[in-house]
Order: sequence, then structure tokens, then C-alpha cells
Amino acid sequence: MATLLIPTPLRKFTENQAQFSSNGTSVKEVIEDLLLSHAGLKPHLLDADGNIRSFVRIYVKDEDIQVLQKEHTKVEQDTLISIIPAIAGGSY
Amino acid sequence: MFEIEITAASNEVMSAHAVGTFPNECCGFFFGASENDLKIVTEIRPVLNVKKGDQRRRFSIDPFDYMKAEKYAHENQLELLGIYHSHPLHPAVPSEHDLKQAMPFFSYIILSTQPQLVIDITSWQLNKNREFIREELKVSKIN
Repeated sequence: MATLLIPTPLRKFTENQAQFSSNGTSVKEVIEDLLLSHAGLKPHLLDADGNIRSFVRIYVKDEDIQVLQKEHTKVEQDTLISIIPAIAGGSY
Repeated sequence: MFEIEITAASNEVMSAHAVGTFPNECCGFFFGASENDLKIVTEIRPVLNVKKGDQRRRFSIDPFDYMKAEKYAHENQLELLGIYHSHPLHPAVPSEHDLKQAMPFFSYIILSTQPQLVIDITSWQLNKNREFIREELKVSKIN
């Protein structure tokens, strides 16, 4: 099963689980699987159109899916997927 | 009411970082433990501001530094509690840019800096309506 790492700020929506395992074969399937189990995550991961929010990055192993096949990136049984909040801001 | 406690030593690390990077913004992570609406910060880890462009008013943290911070927390039985950054020559109040990218649960500590001096330090957390609520920030005298 692919393993998805949940970042700390989203764990309150996964009953404090830091990892989620899925039989999904693409990033999209894994995320869908995650949201079926933890619906409260949805507004924090997806925008109103159902796309991954621009301030959330998904890495497969050490690569941003934006430089792979985006949400259609294939995952294997032992693939590690990370959800990474984009941390940025500024004074004005 | 959200509350956050930091040690005097942690406060000094963040303040020295903010003054040292002036007039640019600094940023970093803090770790510790939380229970209900209280966070206790025990460790600060400054990171590089990788924002391309005007760092006097913007900061950005490399995704790999974020991954390392999560790993560090896991390996040391700590919680990643939030992010600090500085507002050079601006108030310690979150901006629209800060709000856009804020995550639930995390605390956001902001240091308002002048040359050689931090003049204010505040901490903020999102509520359920994605609005920033100011936390009660206490600096303990014990390091």
C-alpha cells in the first residue's frame, strides 16, 4: 500500500494519525481514499473546484507532483507521499 | 482563548534571528507540546528565507526544510507547533498574505522589528472560520 504522510496541522482531522495507507494507484486515488476516511480534511486540501489547493504541495518521494504527472502521478505499493503546506507570508 | 508559552531563551533566539536578518524577514519553526488550547514551546529552529524577490516584505520556507522539521519533531518526540517570522518596520499583526497560507492548529509568531531591536512579539492562530485570533503569549523567565 502507498503511504501518505499527514502534516502536523492537518492531524486533528485524522484523529492524530500521522500516516494513511491506501491501495490507490495514483495520487488522485490516494487523496480520494483519504478524504473518504477523513472528510474534514477536504476544505484544507481541495479548492472549490475539487483541485488540490494552490497552497498545498504533494510530493511523491522527493519530487513535487507538479513536475511529474500532477495528480495523475502513479504510485506503487511502497511509495511514500507527503502533503506539505506551502509556508509563506509577509508583512504587507 | 488560545495560549502559548515560550521560554526566555527561545524568545532570545527568535529575536536575535529577526534583528540579524533586518531589513529582511526571517522565518523558522518552533517545537514543543500542546494540550487543548495551550502550546508550550521548548525549541526554536531558524530556517532560511528562500523567497525569491523582496525579502523585506515576504518570506517563504523551502518544502524540504518543512519535511525536515516534521522529521525532526517525530524523531525527538516533539510536536511541530508553528512558524515564526518577522515584520521589519511593520506591526506584529498578520497580513492578508499571512492569512492566505495559514494552516489550522499552527501558531504564527510575528516579531515586529526596527534596526537592532524587536519592538513587539505576538502570536496568532486560525479559528474555525479561518480568521486569525490573537493568542495569549507568555514568556517564562525559566530557560
